Formats: sequence, C-alpha cells, structure tokens
Amino acid sequence: MASSRLVAPELATIKVHGTTRQAFLMRSTLAAGAAYGAMSTTGLITQALAQSGGGDVDILNFALTLEYLETDFYTRAAEQVKGLSSYESKLTRELRDNEAAHVDALVATIKKLGGKPAAKPTFDFGGAFGSPAAYLKTANTLEDTGVSAYNGAGPMIASVEVLAAAGSIVQVEARHAAMIRLARGKAPAPAAFDKASQMDTVLAAVKPFIKA
Amino acid sequence: MTDSALRELQDDPSSRKRFIKMLGGAGAASALTVVLAACGDDKASSSSAASSSGTTDMQSNTSDLKILNYALTLEFLEADFYDKVINSGLVKDAATVAIAKKFGETEQQHVDALKATIKKLGGTPVTAPKTKFEPTLAKGLKAVLQTAATVENLGAAAYLGQAGNIKSKEVLAAALSIHSVEARHAAALNILVGRGFGSGKGGLKGALPDGAFGKPMDDKAVLAAVKPFLA
Repeated sequence: MASSRLVAPELATIKVHGTTRQAFLMRSTLAAGAAYGAMSTTGLITQALAQSGGGDVDILNFALTLEYLETDFYTRAAEQVKGLSSYESKLTRELRDNEAAHVDALVATIKKLGGKPAAKPTFDFGGAFGSPAAYLKTANTLEDTGVSAYNGAGPMIASVEVLAAAGSIVQVEARHAAMIRLARGKAPAPAAFDKASQMDTVLAAVKPFIKA
Repeated sequence: MTDSALRELQDDPSSRKRFIKMLGGAGAASALTVVLAACGDDKASSSSAASSSGTTDMQSNTSDLKILNYALTLEFLEADFYDKVINSGLVKDAATVAIAKKFGETEQQHVDALKATIKKLGGTPVTAPKTKFEPTLAKGLKAVLQTAATVENLGAAAYLGQAGNIKSKEVLAAALSIHSVEARHAAALNILVGRGFGSGKGGLKGALPDGAFGKPMDDKAVLAAVKPFLA
C-alpha cells in the first residue's frame, strides 16, 4: 500500500509485536487509523469487541495494550527526541507519567476481576523520534486514536465500575490530545463529536487490503 | 514506510481471517450514530453498565431522558456563554476569537444532537435556562476565559459522572463522544489561560486537574457549581 494513500501514515509505521488477541486488535486499530484517520477507529473497536464477546477483562487488556504502547512511546520520546522546547519536554514527561499510571491502574483492575494482564508487546515506532515535529505529529495521532479506541470500547463494557475507570482514563487521553494539538498549532477539538466514521465506511476503506 | 499492520492484513491469511471474523456482520452495525435509533433495555442490574438496545423499557428510557435533559441544560449554558462572549467584543485576539467561535459552534451542535436524541426517544427537550453571565463579562477578558475553562472542566466531569447511569448503549456512545470533546475544550482553555497542567486553588483547574484520572461529579455538585450562572 502506498503511503501517499494513507490519511495517517505515521500510524502505519508503528509495529506491535505480539500474538495476543489484544495485540492483533491493536494492529488492526492502527491500520484502520492509518487508512481512515485517527478518530475513525471507534466503530472498528466497537464491532471487534462486540464480535469477540470476551467481556470486560478482554476490553481492559486491549486498553492495557494501548497504554503500554503510549507509555513506551513517551518514555522513548523523552530519551530520544532532540530539540524539544522546555514546555514540550515537560509535557512529554507529564504524559509519560500519566500513561504509566494508566498501565498500573489497568493491571490492578484486571487482577481484581480475576483476569490475567496481557503481556507487554514490543513496539517499534519507526522514525517518530527523528524530530520534534515528527514526534508531536505521531503523539497527536496516537492520542486521538486512544480517545477513539476508549470511546468505541465504552459501550461494550458490562460493569459500571470498569466503565467508570475507562471513562476517567479517556477523559485524560482527550486532554492529552488537546494539549499536543495545541503544541502543534492545531485545533484542539477539531470535531464536535469524537465519533467514528460509520463501520461500513471503515470496512469499505480496509477492504482493498483484504482479499477474502 | 513499513505499513506493517496493513501488510499483515494483506499477506497473512490467518490474520486476515481473524480480521474478517472480527468484522462479521459489520454492515448492520452503525454502532455510533449521534442521533440515536433505539431505546435501552432495563434488564441491567445496578452493577452492570449500559445494556443492549432492542426492547423498549419505559423505566430505563425515562432515566436516560432525564440524563439527556440534564446534559442539554449544561450545553445550553455553554453555548449561550460563548455566544455572549463573542457578542461582548471582549475578545480581540484573532486566534482566541477563532477558538471561542469554534467551541461555541460545537456546543450548539451538542445542543442540537441532544434535542434530536431526546425527541427520538419520545421525550421533550427542556427549554434553555435563563443565564446570568453579565457579572463575569464585566470582569473582563481574563475572567471570561477562566470561567470558560472552569465551565468546560465541569462539563467533562458532569458527563463522566453520568456514564455509569446511562442504560442504553447508543445513548452512552453519544455521551462518550461528547464527553471527550468537553475534555479537549477544558484542557485547551486551561492551557490558554496559563493555568498549566495541575490543579490550582479551588479545584477543577489546570489542563489535567485530576492528574492521570479524570474525576466525575454528580448532578447535584455540578448544578451547585453552575448556579451562579443561572438567572
């Protein structure tokens, strides 16, 4: 697939190595986000989770995989990106710490429910750390994708307590997205609804790459 | 450019199979529409979140309508505030005007969507509350922007506080899609007014006022907090 056809090519450069269902769903999420835009994955997530029928632990493990990815991303960014302003560095560390707190909270919640936390996959972020601009662009797309993923998963959650936990995390992901967007000089809240394209739109867009 | 995930879908038959299985029946699913098609099902116990739609249940419908009308009241308030701020001429800087306009339009879209949803569920949208923003406007631009930041933080906390009370999955999906936009507004305004990341005096301040986890507020607390703005 030619990168020029991708809405968010930076998502397509991210590799998630892992064989868990959650790692697979994460790869599909990134693929859909790359093809349709970071905020268009909600429908994919909703549909995938509805089909999988795995319940709250599966959903939490999917969220955990996403938080592993974000934590790893900001940890490396803090170490590797050269030329960040002091505000951007501070923001990076703040976001890294928030994502790490999300990982801890999700692991604890999964255990509390009697589940087994998903193993941390290994990640490869391509050239995302080559420059402040490249890093912030990928961060922007990842945060928007995170919001979309949580919003898609929310209605699939059975327990009120788990929904409350997911809600308190997605609110912070949305705040992150706005902060990163502002740092890039972009509109912090580009749409009135953080909603996905309809599922059939996503399907139609992904179809050329699936020869069933 | 690796296009790794897409290539995996293209090249790996088992990956492809899983993906297609995952998407099975997708044509019928438009899980996230803002104007909602269905009512909730009240089979859910108090410890379970939104249930799937299908059968109409008056009780859950009534409780969702109450929440939607509460959200509508807050959106009316926000939309009216931005409207008054823009008309006041206090905001001169073009970038800030653009943000106020964009946020105001967004709140109006939330108003329209909530009204349509309430009607679709057979309810009657509440009318817009009479507001009292004159004292805030009289204090000047800084106070106005700080108030905007505070009101957006309240909005985000209010939606979060209702998520677990919503019965219908469709209503929950809509509420979540608005909740994160309120959170974006709140973070952006707090940065713009120079409050930084953390919480300040009086709570609900800063782009990340609660740190890594957003805190919900119940309707009582939210309505008490917005009371000064109601005539």
